[in-house]
Amino acid sequence: MEVDLFIPCFIDQLYPDTGFNLVKILEKLGIQVHYNTKQTCCGQMAFNSGYWDEALSLGEKFIKDFSTGRIIVGPSASCIGMVKNHYPKLFHNTSHHNTYKEIQSNIFEISDFLVNHLHITNLGARFPHKVTVHDSCSALREYGLTHEVRTLLANVKDIEIVEMNESDTCCGFGGTFSVKNEAISTSMAEQKVKNALETGAEFIVSTESSCLLHIEAYIKKHNLPIKTIHIVDILASGWEL
Amino acid sequence: MSQQKEQFLIDTERIAFDENHRKVIKFNISKYDLAVDKGKRQYADLALARSRAARIKRNVVNDLEGYLKEFEFNFQKNGGQIIWAVDDKEAVNAVLEIARKHQVKTVVKSKSMVSEEIDLNPHLQAYGVETLETDLGEYIVQLADERPYHIVTPAMHKSKEDIAQLYHQKFNTPEKFTPEEITYYTRIKLREKFVKADMGITGGNFLISDIGGIAVTENEGNGVLSMSFPKVHVAIVGIEKIIPSMRDLDLFWSILSTHGTGQKITVYNTVITGPRKSDELDGPENMYLILLDNGRTNLANQEHQKLALSCIRCGACLNVCPVYKSIGGHAYETTYSGPIGSVITPHLRGMEEYNHLSFASSLCGKCTEECPVNIPLHELLLYNRRDAVKAGFTDKSFNLVMKAYKIAMNKRWIIETFSPNVKNIGISLTFSNSWGPRRKLPVFQTSFTERWKKMHNR
Repeated sequence: MEVDLFIPCFIDQLYPDTGFNLVKILEKLGIQVHYNTKQTCCGQMAFNSGYWDEALSLGEKFIKDFSTGRIIVGPSASCIGMVKNHYPKLFHNTSHHNTYKEIQSNIFEISDFLVNHLHITNLGARFPHKVTVHDSCSALREYGLTHEVRTLLANVKDIEIVEMNESDTCCGFGGTFSVKNEAISTSMAEQKVKNALETGAEFIVSTESSCLLHIEAYIKKHNLPIKTIHIVDILASGWEL
Repeated sequence: MSQQKEQFLIDTERIAFDENHRKVIKFNISKYDLAVDKGKRQYADLALARSRAARIKRNVVNDLEGYLKEFEFNFQKNGGQIIWAVDDKEAVNAVLEIARKHQVKTVVKSKSMVSEEIDLNPHLQAYGVETLETDLGEYIVQLADERPYHIVTPAMHKSKEDIAQLYHQKFNTPEKFTPEEITYYTRIKLREKFVKADMGITGGNFLISDIGGIAVTENEGNGVLSMSFPKVHVAIVGIEKIIPSMRDLDLFWSILSTHGTGQKITVYNTVITGPRKSDELDGPENMYLILLDNGRTNLANQEHQKLALSCIRCGACLNVCPVYKSIGGHAYETTYSGPIGSVITPHLRGMEEYNHLSFASSLCGKCTEECPVNIPLHELLLYNRRDAVKAGFTDKSFNLVMKAYKIAMNKRWIIETFSPNVKNIGISLTFSNSWGPRRKLPVFQTSFTERWKKMHNR
């Protein structure tokens, strides 16, 4: 099997290791990974902020960069949710109609891809730590993930999973919301981290790097005894190719 | 920046980290959550009920004019009088005119958000008419000289201790007055007012088109008393409150109460079809219905956002909203707060002044998930944002950031021209203010793409 890798812009720039861990996982499964080095951004930040002309321009580029007909896999349900849910608002009945439709049916968030399409729930990972899951809004409500993250984590060796209160409540990031309404956004992060700390977990794990970016920003500023980690980084732990 | 936005930022900064506020809201909403979870279990297929309700309301929104004409015809047939009010001023003037005509000195009011929307109480007081809120929550809020904090539960921000304290200050009741004692005390106080009042003012939950009736839903009986004791009854209702038929009530009454309070059905559900007839025992001698537009037609003209006119004001979207729970109902400075308020207020009161509310959301989607009439609330916020940007109502500096972002993201080489260190300095210069003092900025690394290229010798 061959797949195109979609590394969202902020993962490309801020969390490149997560990208490489994704490659490691896919290669372990015998999947040949292609990466178009011209790719940048799906346009979500502009779209969510009301700048639909800018989003359209970036979306056109995205469609061009990913029109290979191959399956596309990425480590972010919010960016892929953008393609799945909002591209119709930009490209329905345009000259890009057929291409965007094809991309929509080919594109998968990694935990969905592993669990529901490859039917793989155990990657032989080992992670001897106590973790708590943050359900990202986009994964849950935009993309439609339900049990996938916990199913994958349950098969990780030596991991201890503890549930936090309000695990499916927003961390407060919301793209440009985080700078336009700094107080509300930070207040939501504070409540999220508080709930996580109460579990005594060492890590907050999520499928969504943008949530983790936000939660980490609060944790680091306040030197709190908890870390953030992407599920891909856990799944790639404890084994080598 | 609009004055409203400036105030909003100041107010939210103050309240978002208020531990006491968080504690009270969390406790009060947790009670609600439990009740609603239980209430939903009465449905064998809640999704089906929701989609039926949604479809009925969509049909109404798409032919609002037709339904209003049918309603008007049927309502007038029963002897009720209709006054069309294009805005808040017309509605207020209509009420004052009715009060003058019937020499009204005192008014009892049951809970009505539309009366808040037109700011009726101060106008009546200024006119020399004593106006009393008779819903317990509204009564408490009126005593405290505040605005309703929530569209369904106006005093949700107050703990039972807060309320006992308020009664102690106002009526010198014992400091440790229990909720039961407070309710009983209020009941006695209000009962005499109902008997004496010259006019009752209510809202309306549904306008039933085929019979020309107004359906009022409440839990305390104060609505029924407000409509039946005084000689004059005035109902003020938004034009979007139509449902086509009496036969739709079984669906709407229960879906409203389930999502509003978790009750299978609210305690008092009344349908009124005009003033007392000669062969009837009770009811007002005169009945007026003020149908309020106040921006609703403007909303109806929005291709996507008009869906928000399906709202039945159950308040569920407020109760699940993490933004609402963080800042509370007062910070919005609008009649309708929470997700639904952020969607409709810019269309009711002005996009330029109120578009900031559409941006004050993380788009988490819980509101959409919860809405009993399937309004895609968070998506409608996206359309509002688009319209605000198009109209040029957003910050100019932000427009520049977005332009720069578009240019950079369109050309990979621009992104790669700058080293991670330069990017870190750049982001700190542009965003450290807006990112605020309570979070650390993320740190740029050598990008995935550059590392990939090196590994693959390209």
